[in-house]
Amino acid sequence: MDGWSLGKHQFTSRLLVGTGKYRDFPTMKAALTASGAEVVTVAVRRLDLSKQGAESLLSWVPEGMKLLPNTAACFTADEAVRTARLGRELDMGDLVKLEVIGDKRTLFPDVEELVKAARVLVKEGFTVLPYTNDDPVTAKKLEDAGCAAVMPLGAPIGSGLGIRNPYNIRIIMETVRVPVLVDAGVGTASDAALAMELGAVAVLMNTAIAEAKDPVMMAEAMRDGVAGGRKSFLAGRIPMKLHAAASSPMSGLIGT
Amino acid sequence: MDRMQVKLNGEIRELPDALSVAGLLAHLGIKPQRVAIEVNEAVVTKDRYESHKLATGDSVEIVAFVGGG
Repeated sequence: MDGWSLGKHQFTSRLLVGTGKYRDFPTMKAALTASGAEVVTVAVRRLDLSKQGAESLLSWVPEGMKLLPNTAACFTADEAVRTARLGRELDMGDLVKLEVIGDKRTLFPDVEELVKAARVLVKEGFTVLPYTNDDPVTAKKLEDAGCAAVMPLGAPIGSGLGIRNPYNIRIIMETVRVPVLVDAGVGTASDAALAMELGAVAVLMNTAIAEAKDPVMMAEAMRDGVAGGRKSFLAGRIPMKLHAAASSPMSGLIGT
Repeated sequence: MDRMQVKLNGEIRELPDALSVAGLLAHLGIKPQRVAIEVNEAVVTKDRYESHKLATGDSVEIVAFVGGG
């Protein structure tokens, strides 16, 4: 079994998916199921006190999926730490997807605050999965802070631009020993496959599935893309060559 | 009955005095299972909902999970 782990948690699926931006809960549930994911991200927000009895997200998350609370839209280490603590209280689990955002337009991380928050949460017993820049130096700092993985972005959140700097992702994999997950930026199945071919342990995405014309079919495509990319990585691709190398024998040709 | 002013999810609310967190949730008609509570920036765990009394000037956050990436 080609499994992997985060802290004490064991997984087989290498696709983690979000629960945001779906047009309705039934579509979300069908897409989550089709993705084969074992981990789904959720956000922590103020309860709308004017909408009592509104339907809960959780009743539409398929049975058995592990929740990964995030700290999305937090701009300081303090906000992220408070949000993580509330997420743990809601979920009673130890996983947190740590996001500390530094810029509204790009949603790029504030890596200084990110490392600060990571240190606090690791001390408090969280299994910390930080969303970070594709920067090997920051990745190393996060590993040193005790994070269970690092999750460099492929491209800005929700952009669908794919893996913009595959070389940095590779350098991050050389730099840290903890699992490297590509988080954010994936637009289509080939992006997910590329992340896996580079050697990522897993891929996390939301918008690419939720906002596809057919989210359920895209969830299947992402599942297959991740699986194909992973197998390709394990199988070992051929080196790239500038010129042709014939596949059929060059001898024994008729008429010679 | 005395009243107290508490900031609830960012809005000032008048509430019965010395309400516990459990009392607040009952007052608001919220089931405790799917929310988490923070009072003055510190989480109040479920086992302390009955014992934790609110006071005037407290800042209370009631949160739940929503869709996110």
